[in-house]
Amino acid sequence: MALLHTVNKSPFETNSLSDCLRRAKSGSTILLIEDGVYGALLDTTVSDEIVGRNAEIKIFALAPDLAARGLSEKPLVDELQLIDYAGFVDLVEECSSVQSWL
Amino acid sequence: MADFEDDEFDGPVKKFMYVNRKGPYGTVYALEGLEVVLITAAFDQDVSMVFIDDGVFQIKKDQETSGINMKNFSPTYRALEGYEVEKVYVERESLKARGLDEDDLVIPVEILDSQQVADLMDQQDVIVSF
Repeated sequence: MALLHTVNKSPFETNSLSDCLRRAKSGSTILLIEDGVYGALLDTTVSDEIVGRNAEIKIFALAPDLAARGLSEKPLVDELQLIDYAGFVDLVEECSSVQSWL
Repeated sequence: MADFEDDEFDGPVKKFMYVNRKGPYGTVYALEGLEVVLITAAFDQDVSMVFIDDGVFQIKKDQETSGINMKNFSPTYRALEGYEVEKVYVERESLKARGLDEDDLVIPVEILDSQQVADLMDQQDVIVSF
């Protein structure tokens, strides 16, 4: 199973999401957590980059982190899947290894 | 010498600006910044609070933090008015870049553009950044 990438920084503050997308291969998985979930928002200055890759990369976001930030009702990247902490554990188990873009 | 018999602070009134640039839960800056503003509001200074960059996320509506075991402190921003912190500003460009608008915010604010934020910063005696 392919690599799991996690991103925990706001894409408006650091290049972590962009750095991750540049190295994430087709078929890999990206999980947005903590301030990384801001990268799931549509209609932002950074959303084009992730929208261009969401067909070939599975993109997940941690739902409790989205809810905490008041983003549950905002338009989010198409094909984005929301998961809880148990789903996070399942992803880690399924994937060959984890790269954290801190 | 100042007369300290009166309960009221009667020293010089300075213009203080608190600049908020971080989202609410990823770091402790937002919560610490809010606490500092509420504490210093007791000193009868000319206080402005400005939300720019990721700071605009601090006052995003609908925050629900039970899933991350952290206190939702966004309702506390509504107390600012009661502490006579009435100059609350948000930068238009920061909202737009993040797909947000004024209706996404928990408190009424005055929207400024970047140039107006720059001018406001220029007028301050003290700027405190979080």
